[in-house]
Amino acid sequence: MSHPLGYLSGSGAASATVTPLLWFTLIVSIAVSVIIGVLVVWGVLKRRVARTESGGLPDLAIAHAEGGVRWIWIGVAISMVPLLATLVWTVAVLAETGPLPKNPPLTIDIAARRWWWDVGYGSGLQGQAFRTANEIHIPVGVPVLLRLASRDVIHSFWVPKLGGKMDVIPGQTNLAWIEAKTPGRFVGQCAEFCGFQHAHMALEVVAEPPAQFEAWRRAQLGDAPAATSPEGQRGLAVAEARCARCHAIRGTPVRGGAAPDLTHLMSRQTIGAGTLPNNPGALSGWIENPQAVKPGVLMPNQALSGQQLADLRAYLERLK
Amino acid sequence: MTPPAPAAAAAPPVLRTPEVADVTPDLRERLQAIWETAPGVRGWLGSVDHKAIGIRYMVTAWVLLALGGVEALVMRLQLAGPDLTLLSPEQYNQLFSTHGMTMIFLYASPILSGFSNYLWPLLLGSRDMAFPRLNALSYWIYLASALFLYGGVLVGAAPNDGWFNYPPYAERAYNPGINQDVYALGMILLGISTSVGAANFIVTLFKTRAPGMSINRVPIIVWGTTTASFANLLFVPAVSLAFFLLWMDRQFGTQFFKPAAGGQPLLWQHLFWMFGHPWVYAIVLPAMGMVSDGLPVFCRRPLVGYAAVALGTVSTMMLGFGVWVHHMFATGLPGLSLSFFSSASILITVPSAIAVFAWIATIWLGRPVITTAFLFFASMILLFVIGGVSGFMTASVPVDWQLTDTYWVVAHLHYVLIGINVFPVVGATYMWFPKFTGRLMDERLGRWNFWTMFIGFNLGFLPMHLIGLWGMPRRIYTYPASMGVGVLNMVTTIGSFLFAIGILLFFWNVLKSRRSGAVAGPNPWDAYSLEWSVSSPPPPYNFAVIPTIASRHPLWEDRLQESDERSNLDQGLLLDHGKETLATTPLDAEPDRILRMPGDTMLPFFLAVALTILFTGLLLHNWWVAALGALLGAFDLIGWFWPRRKLFEREPAHG
Repeated sequence: MSHPLGYLSGSGAASATVTPLLWFTLIVSIAVSVIIGVLVVWGVLKRRVARTESGGLPDLAIAHAEGGVRWIWIGVAISMVPLLATLVWTVAVLAETGPLPKNPPLTIDIAARRWWWDVGYGSGLQGQAFRTANEIHIPVGVPVLLRLASRDVIHSFWVPKLGGKMDVIPGQTNLAWIEAKTPGRFVGQCAEFCGFQHAHMALEVVAEPPAQFEAWRRAQLGDAPAATSPEGQRGLAVAEARCARCHAIRGTPVRGGAAPDLTHLMSRQTIGAGTLPNNPGALSGWIENPQAVKPGVLMPNQALSGQQLADLRAYLERLK
Repeated sequence: MTPPAPAAAAAPPVLRTPEVADVTPDLRERLQAIWETAPGVRGWLGSVDHKAIGIRYMVTAWVLLALGGVEALVMRLQLAGPDLTLLSPEQYNQLFSTHGMTMIFLYASPILSGFSNYLWPLLLGSRDMAFPRLNALSYWIYLASALFLYGGVLVGAAPNDGWFNYPPYAERAYNPGINQDVYALGMILLGISTSVGAANFIVTLFKTRAPGMSINRVPIIVWGTTTASFANLLFVPAVSLAFFLLWMDRQFGTQFFKPAAGGQPLLWQHLFWMFGHPWVYAIVLPAMGMVSDGLPVFCRRPLVGYAAVALGTVSTMMLGFGVWVHHMFATGLPGLSLSFFSSASILITVPSAIAVFAWIATIWLGRPVITTAFLFFASMILLFVIGGVSGFMTASVPVDWQLTDTYWVVAHLHYVLIGINVFPVVGATYMWFPKFTGRLMDERLGRWNFWTMFIGFNLGFLPMHLIGLWGMPRRIYTYPASMGVGVLNMVTTIGSFLFAIGILLFFWNVLKSRRSGAVAGPNPWDAYSLEWSVSSPPPPYNFAVIPTIASRHPLWEDRLQESDERSNLDQGLLLDHGKETLATTPLDAEPDRILRMPGDTMLPFFLAVALTILFTGLLLHNWWVAALGALLGAFDLIGWFWPRRKLFEREPAHG
């Protein structure tokens, strides 16, 4: 069984230093529990006395046994060893993973929303800026700085295989960094309770070799492909009428800012922040009745006619 | 001023030196008449007897434990497999929040208040708590706040932002219903109960111990409850303030936690956890005290390292005041401050280790007699250590960045709260039930009870650690199969149902043994502390004469032979001029003065009613109702503080 969110092993630069500490504390913890368990059970079995037949207490001499306090000092002294080791190791790991990378080659702005992730690249760079959602592409082997902001409630950014959590708190911009050592798709999830659909607020980090990342970035920079077919044009009209208040499709009049940018919708693998796989069937179901798939989601159900839905889908399917 | 009216001459002389007397049947009869609660509704609503109040606390807390348990079972059904749809997201969110609120605020602390209320005066050789009416008030307000909060639950306005209720989600913009208003006001109301109860415990400890019971002779549970009470007095105001500010934000447009207008969501987290972490110790330290006092009885020897354990109890709380930020490691605070809080959180393990090794040494150097109570106490040591080490891991900041907000933390906190609170409490019930009722609980059923709870609990919550390590976040109403945690969640659900059966067996045993348990006699366990020197159940006045104490183990002195001094339980100060008990000096417990204790009165009950009306008015924005509640409360307090000659402890100054 695979555990995409498991953090007993990792592929990030931070995992390389944190995971050994995690394992160390885990093994110490298990060892301590076993030792104490054995001491309790052994002590009880070795020292116990039977109750009398009448069920009353046996007539035992009650006495002070000498030397009991020694148990405490020896026990505490032994306990101090792993405690202090953990303390020192913790501070060392903190010193290594805590500081942010200097001059990071890539900075990504992530706005956590209810209940999806708005991802911005190239902020402040003329002609380099674009937005996408829920799928974060990064080049392998370089530290990436994340600027985390929220405009609604508190969320927490977490991609376990790449590193620990950083809360996303409205009113402040928290900084974090990730670095993937190997290419791959790494699942993440909101980790701070944020309302109805906290459960369906996943994201994915796609770590790619630099050339592949660059190709992806260039593709994302482009506007949406023009609608050429008649159904595509009708679909765009539906999008303008029904989607434009919240969604944006660059290069068209669809320019909302409250929901995921759809310019290159079909380049992403999931919809609804990891709720459904991104395929035409799921897309239709999602557009028609998002409330059934993700109850409480801010997108209302769209009462589209069959023709409208088919047109819209024909248009969206080309947003590669 | 005129001299006292002739009618006052009937009141007892204010200054006198009580004589030393033997216990006689005649004396018992007189005291019974003085202390007995009147029958009927008036007596029931008006009783200020700490034993009646203690039992009420326990019964109410157990009812709430059952409610919180049912909430948990419904959640476990929803989580038994991936993508289940038994509950809607909002239903789930209200359930987990209500479950947390119930267990942490309405069960875990009140159950310990119940035990301490019942036991303290008996342990300390006194006749009641220092402030009996305040004690009754503390209970009635607890009941009122429980009804207030559950009133919200019944109308579908349960809290829905978790028990720690972070804004801005708790703010009106995201949470428009009255859910959060009920929670905020209910918590402020409960805070009054906790605060007055804490003040009462502290004064009771320092003023009403029997002569000779110097501070180093009190049972460990007294240390635990006292420490918890100091923490409550210091930090309940922080959380009451936080909830008040939240309510202001929601109702009057203040901006304390709203970032758009310069408010600071993190302010809530600081205020909450500044209270919240000490609170965790407050709901385990008295329970650890139960184990420290209970194990020696069944191991047939005094506790090893009394002084170390007592000081460990206090120092846990001292350190506990400085660890709250470990709930906020992932909020983006600077690394240097994280290091301090990380270190403190790692070092707080030390006083806990002292207790653990003291208990183990007590077993190894004693001769354990295996009773159900002993099984609960001894197994608690293991559960305590598991809950402790999993907490120690979260104290390491970089490790916590992974562990926090996953099921690891859920597993950890259940080992802490069930392992260190529920297990000792059930064990303590087996131990002290004979004192409460005069009858022993069924030992055979007790074994079934213990093993079902122990196996069910570990089956349910041990795998949860792994669920956490595999990355399942807490507080999600469902999870996809791809997360790979379906099987273990099913195991957890099965374990939690087994655990629930264990709790039912416990309730069944209580109900059954109350009627048909074997008659216990005063001291069925041949235990050492004062409460076992009086009949089971104790008479309303507890002690016919105030005993004199010479050691930590008054009933074991002849066998321990620690010194030549002996406690005197059959002869002591005669206090029979009305409801009286003895005040002693804070550290050495030398007789100080006679305390005139108030009689039964319904004033505390009515004050709780008045406060409930006030808070309901505030909730509904009905200022007339609120004003009525405030007015009734004010009248009640006038009655409460009206000078009564029979309560005078000094002759009033004349002229």
